[in-house]
Amino acid sequence: MGDIQFEIDGQTVTADSGMTVLEAAQKEGIYIPTLCHHEKLEPFGGCRLCIVEVEDRGWTKYVVSCVFPAAKDIIVRTRSEKVDRLRKTIIELLMAHAPDAPDLMKLAKEYNADPNRYERDASFCIHCGLCVRYCAEVAGKNALGFVDRGINKEISFVPEIAAQVCNDCKECFPLCPTSYLQAAFVYTQALSFPDAVKTGQSAGK
Amino acid sequence: MDIEKVDQIIDKHNGEPSNLLQIMLDIQSENNWLSKQALARVSEKLSVPLTRIQHIATFYKAFSLVPKGRHKVHICVGTACHVRGATRILDTVEDATGIKPGETDLDLKFSLETVNCLGCCALGPVMEVDGKVHGKMSPVKTAQALKTYE
Repeated sequence: MGDIQFEIDGQTVTADSGMTVLEAAQKEGIYIPTLCHHEKLEPFGGCRLCIVEVEDRGWTKYVVSCVFPAAKDIIVRTRSEKVDRLRKTIIELLMAHAPDAPDLMKLAKEYNADPNRYERDASFCIHCGLCVRYCAEVAGKNALGFVDRGINKEISFVPEIAAQVCNDCKECFPLCPTSYLQAAFVYTQALSFPDAVKTGQSAGK
Repeated sequence: MDIEKVDQIIDKHNGEPSNLLQIMLDIQSENNWLSKQALARVSEKLSVPLTRIQHIATFYKAFSLVPKGRHKVHICVGTACHVRGATRILDTVEDATGIKPGETDLDLKFSLETVNCLGCCALGPVMEVDGKVHGKMSPVKTAQALKTYE
């Protein structure tokens, strides 16, 4: 196997057809920062942090490696002056939403990003979609989804489903990079099925 | 809206999940809004998760998750209409119906929205009720026009 050969950071790597650049890099142990990637889930391209420089037949472009398919003879650079600058801006933008997320604070230090560069609009959610996608693709419960769009987009539980299944699952909780998911759940629970809090059990019918 | 009507609409589209958007549009135009019961029924019959239906229903402005009035009043506040006095028309409608843009009155008679341009600037200021264009409106004409709707 491994029918596609290309280069990441000067190292020759092989990938199967259909693999993304990020997957090929992770297979070889090359680190690319990510927030919305999860090996069990379909590629999403939500956080844009895994942006890399790709040189293809002499042309250089900037692509998000988690959705960019590996191709023959491309040259990938995971760190360059411009990649670092782009990532720094992305981190700064994400931090306008979630200023206290530990993952982001770590990245901000590494990329020298200023958490206060953009005016804060602390929604605490960075729309990585991990919880929504995990619930739909792995847990298969569809207890929460996105609602609205653009700047008003947010995650939202369906109270009827959440009351039945969430207390026994909560598998999405550790995935959230900002802890907003947990807050959204507690909020839904308090509004829609508060009895489960008192007894510590799911409010099944 | 009763469940049978929802079922009829779903059957008309052969219960295909790929027709979800069309089914939702049909329910919207039949009922003027999407009730939770109707959406739950669609989700059940098409085996589409409610979260996805919710996402679609909140994404498109054509859908409403709250009841809408029988008559949809659109007041154009685009540049041309604004210059020709759209704010006075809007004030008149607000006074006559007792509602602000985005709201629906208690008897479900009128829903009021502002729109940015209806494409007939020469007729400004323009009020559109249920798709019918009322052009060159004055406050008096506006109040009279609204009285003709039941």
